Amino acid sequence: MADTLQFSLVSPERELYSGNVDQVDIPGTEGNLGVMPNHSPLMAAIRTGVITVTENGAETQFFVQGGFADVTPSGLTVLAEKAVAMDALNEADIEAEIAVLEANLPKLTGDAALAAAQNLDGLKAVLSA
Amino acid sequence: MASLKELKNRIGSVKNTQKITRAMQMVAAAKLRKAQEAAEASRPYSERLAAIIGNLAASMSGAAGGPELLVGNGKSDTVLLVVSTADRGLCGGFNTNIVRKAREEIVALERAGKTVKLFMIGKKGYDQLNRLYGDQIIEFISLKEERTLHAGIAQGIGEKITAMFEAGDFDVCKLVYSEFVNVMTQEAVSKTLIPAIEGMGEVPEGDEDAQDLKGAIYTYEPDEAGILRVLLPRNINTQIFTALLENQAGEMGSKMTAMDNATRNAGDMIDKLTLTFNRTRQAQITSELIEIISGAEAL
Repeated sequence: MADTLQFSLVSPERELYSGNVDQVDIPGTEGNLGVMPNHSPLMAAIRTGVITVTENGAETQFFVQGGFADVTPSGLTVLAEKAVAMDALNEADIEAEIAVLEANLPKLTGDAALAAAQNLDGLKAVLSA
Repeated sequence: MASLKELKNRIGSVKNTQKITRAMQMVAAAKLRKAQEAAEASRPYSERLAAIIGNLAASMSGAAGGPELLVGNGKSDTVLLVVSTADRGLCGGFNTNIVRKAREEIVALERAGKTVKLFMIGKKGYDQLNRLYGDQIIEFISLKEERTLHAGIAQGIGEKITAMFEAGDFDVCKLVYSEFVNVMTQEAVSKTLIPAIEGMGEVPEGDEDAQDLKGAIYTYEPDEAGILRVLLPRNINTQIFTALLENQAGEMGSKMTAMDNATRNAGDMIDKLTLTFNRTRQAQITSELIEIISGAEAL
């Protein structure tokens, strides 16, 4: 039985992280979830937020926007629509995106509005952190 | 026989052309490396996504009434061909090969009595197909203005296609693009985007996880249908993005080869012209000498 988790974080452009880790905390649409080795198979949608990877006690953080987490017996793959390392995150970009989202929000209805609002909440939470 | 001056001018102009083709070759080589890296970097994502959808499709296939994007809407009368080519020429047979593949598809589909609609990405393919099938082109997108390819472009295209499908504009969607095999070889291929389940067999073998999981109990958060609803459009976007990246790498590879050939041809031409130039000059000197000698003898 493995006591580490094979974790990879991929965005459409590239693979951001790949390695054996102790724990990964994911912002799921239904709530945050921590994935540790030998987790049961799970497929979860992700909301805008921060992924925390714990490897040998050291934490690495990534900002993700939308996507999926796929937990299999062999490991965890996060397919993020957008993913950036926390250090490389540009506050001005996020502020600009928040402004655009806020301007568009009143025009949206149904699922799209919900998704946008969720996205907005996530962005604001990241910015204030 | 051309005069010495004419020959000199021609050598000069061929040399200039050679300089240009050599510069283009070097630019293409540099861009190729970048494009190749981008294409390779995007592979893990599309492979994982294909594997996940394969899993979901396997568990859904028994149940009736799966999402239309996955199982199709039960018809195949109207086919949308998404043809992706380059925006620039001077890259050998790259664009022509894709257009030829597209035309083969169109002819085969029309013979089978289907209606074909065309969605063109890239100017060169649009120009070529516009002459023959201009009235069937329902959409044309040029990526000339985009400095780098990013997922957002593919997302825009994918959303358009999904919206058209939902509006009932077509029943089946196929993507025609050029697969990057290596620098020398690009292969025009067509892939089924909608219904996704038909494209499954064409997707490269997923990793072994996919096999492991058949029959495993998967927990879905939110439910299966909810995930599929988001996942399927994203799969289309990803496939388009992959196609764009493969295309870009192929275009650069093809351009590099074409420009390499052009540079070599220009070199051959310069050699030939220089030889003729020297011969003509020699002949001129000889005839001048003969004139002087015969003039001196006449005295």
